[in-house]
Amino acid sequence: MEHFISLFIKAVFVENMALSFFLGMCTFLALSKKVETAIGLGIAVIVVLSITVPLNNVIYANLLADGALEWAGLPSVDLSFLGLLSYIGVIAAAVQILEMSLDKFMPALYNALGVFLPLITVNCAILGASLFMVERDYNFGESVVYGAGAGIGWALAIAALAGIREKLKYSDVPMGLRGLGITFITVGLMSLGFMSFSGVQL
Amino acid sequence: MSEVKNVLFSPIFSNNPIALQILGICSALAVTSSLSVSLVMAIALTSVTAFSNLFISLIRSQIPSSIRIIVQMIVIASLVIVVDQILKAFAYEISKQLSVFVGLIITNCIVMGRAEAYAMKNGPVMSFVDGIGNGLGYSIMLLIVAFFRELLGAGKLFGVEVLTTVQNGGWYQPNGLMLLPPSAFFVIGLVIWALRAWQTNQVEAADYTIATNSKMREAM
Repeated sequence: MEHFISLFIKAVFVENMALSFFLGMCTFLALSKKVETAIGLGIAVIVVLSITVPLNNVIYANLLADGALEWAGLPSVDLSFLGLLSYIGVIAAAVQILEMSLDKFMPALYNALGVFLPLITVNCAILGASLFMVERDYNFGESVVYGAGAGIGWALAIAALAGIREKLKYSDVPMGLRGLGITFITVGLMSLGFMSFSGVQL
Repeated sequence: MSEVKNVLFSPIFSNNPIALQILGICSALAVTSSLSVSLVMAIALTSVTAFSNLFISLIRSQIPSSIRIIVQMIVIASLVIVVDQILKAFAYEISKQLSVFVGLIITNCIVMGRAEAYAMKNGPVMSFVDGIGNGLGYSIMLLIVAFFRELLGAGKLFGVEVLTTVQNGGWYQPNGLMLLPPSAFFVIGLVIWALRAWQTNQVEAADYTIATNSKMREAM
């Protein structure tokens, strides 16, 4: 249990997807002008990450890894080079299924998420989490915790940035720095703040 | 001919994918702590963008529009697998340093964005040129950021010592912050500032301006 808690804290703060690995930056910068949209997108990312990371873990462990096809009588087959293709396929399919089932069963949440759901397919944080899961050899339990933690960390970061940007629009920023430029510098300062967690030993 | 030139060179400064279109920022930030790694990344991305544009443009009239995103994804993912395998075979050390970021070219918005915005509507040759142009815009940004980070952070360029550091008996005290993630944001922010100071038409309009004071007569 302790191991899972420390993995979770690590995924949320120390190895924050957005602020220490810069994943999902395009959407992070483009959609953080309002707190409301930022939170909607954050929730969508949490949901998708907690589904796709464990799913990709199952696929990797049972089909793609070196020797994983032993149950089918093919112990010497290594399909790990097909990883990228299958992860992105799983993510695209999961997002599509999620979108359809939300539309049917939870229309209120579906309307709140709106256009953000399809956008999540091309969010690097989603694919990145699956790739980190493979690189670090997480087992199924760890990948569930890691997926949820990474999603919550990303949501936390985008909500915080949106809060800052809402205040920032009232300030007098130099001409060329307006908009994207000052946002980069703000994110840099936030990332500096999150670096203080890197001293935490878990 | 001038159209080719325009498509090839306009993404470099006047319509830069990173500084203006907000595309492909993730990898620009993460791999730029050394010049040689960023150079490899830039070449990998430029070739993937160019060839994915070429192939998607070739089959653009056969793709049903309802599943075009998945078709584009598959073309891009296959190209990235090729690049990944080549890097593992010929530049193993660098591919270790790039770690997951080669795989993340798939979700790099530049590739996807150009396929969707340009290759679906234009012929194969022009799409190929457009891919190279946008790849170059990305590469230039990446190399500028990596140049400053490696020079100020380690006193080196391409791993060769340029400013002799204090540790080696020289005069330069390396700025460790430049090798850490946050400095990438600062450097890109400053580059955008410099670019927009030069090309003033790229400046974004302010969301909010302070109203001028009402005139004396109105206040009375």
